[in-house]
Amino acid sequence: MSDSKTKMVAPPEGVVGEGFFATTLNDVVGLARANSLWPLPFATSCCGIEFMATMASHYDLARFGSERVSFSPRQADMLMVMGTISKKMAPILRQVYEQMSEPRWVIAVGACASSGGVFDTYSVLQGIDKVIPVDVYVPGCPPRPEQIVDGVMKLQEIVKNESVRRRSSPEYQELLASYNIK
Amino acid sequence: MALETNEIQEKLVATFGSDVFQFNQEKDIFSFEVAADKITAVILFLKNDPVLRFHFLTDLCGVHYPDNEETRQFAVVYHLHNWYENKRIKIKAFISGNNPEIKTVSNIFLSSNWMERETYDFYGINFIGHPQLKRILNMDEMVSFPMRKEFPMEDSGRTDKDDRFFGRTTANC
Repeated sequence: MSDSKTKMVAPPEGVVGEGFFATTLNDVVGLARANSLWPLPFATSCCGIEFMATMASHYDLARFGSERVSFSPRQADMLMVMGTISKKMAPILRQVYEQMSEPRWVIAVGACASSGGVFDTYSVLQGIDKVIPVDVYVPGCPPRPEQIVDGVMKLQEIVKNESVRRRSSPEYQELLASYNIK
Repeated sequence: MALETNEIQEKLVATFGSDVFQFNQEKDIFSFEVAADKITAVILFLKNDPVLRFHFLTDLCGVHYPDNEETRQFAVVYHLHNWYENKRIKIKAFISGNNPEIKTVSNIFLSSNWMERETYDFYGINFIGHPQLKRILNMDEMVSFPMRKEFPMEDSGRTDKDDRFFGRTTANC
């Protein structure tokens, strides 16, 4: 409909002329990446149920370019860890992360994934950042779908502003090395 | 003509004498203790006797009693169920704290295979003759037996908690 209010993603800063638009490669790549994040849900408990609501029609994460939920780590950009991760699960989570191709981002959804939550116990990993690097933490027990969407939007900001060279930078290599990921 | 508890008790005492003792009705379940070295014989008898017919093992688990004397520090608890009479019983076998071991019943009840593994996993009780006694729920790298009272419940790797506000003492963190 012509009178519908469609909110489009704003173009990056650049020089506009007749028939051309010039901007930096960083901005274009960031824009493309940020608005086509393929999520890989790693759902182990109640936060996963909230994620299902987030993906469904009412909250509709697809509005933010995450229409295509990837259940293969090889095709996913954004690993969303939702729920308690036991220590026995930790190597599997790590393997899933290692199978993702660069660039890859991680969101820890909920208290358990972020810090172990109430499960301060011998069998539970005290936050997934003990085994893999995390970009965005979403608080809540469980977080509401709005909070998860907010977390994804925060990640979009990170992705938009990330340099195309970041993944080959020594700082990034150092970060991976600190997690002993080759 | 339900299966009466005194009938169970009489049959057991007639067969095993003083190796079965401490018969009592705990709430709604008839319970007794058995000498640990007689556990397989007693379970087998309860299963195969044509009157008793306790042919279903509901549960098997461990208990740690750190305040007991050394010979009674661990208990293995067996819950049996007679489906014909809908009668349940509970059996406890106490074993030593320094060398907790007891014969397996996994050759009598196949269902006890995983339950004994779980008991080993959490209490370190050695089930002699078990076909595959290794950890089942916890990760293989774990060195402690977490349900023993000497091991702390909390995870020592936790860094975001200020001990003063969470009732943790230095002994368990």
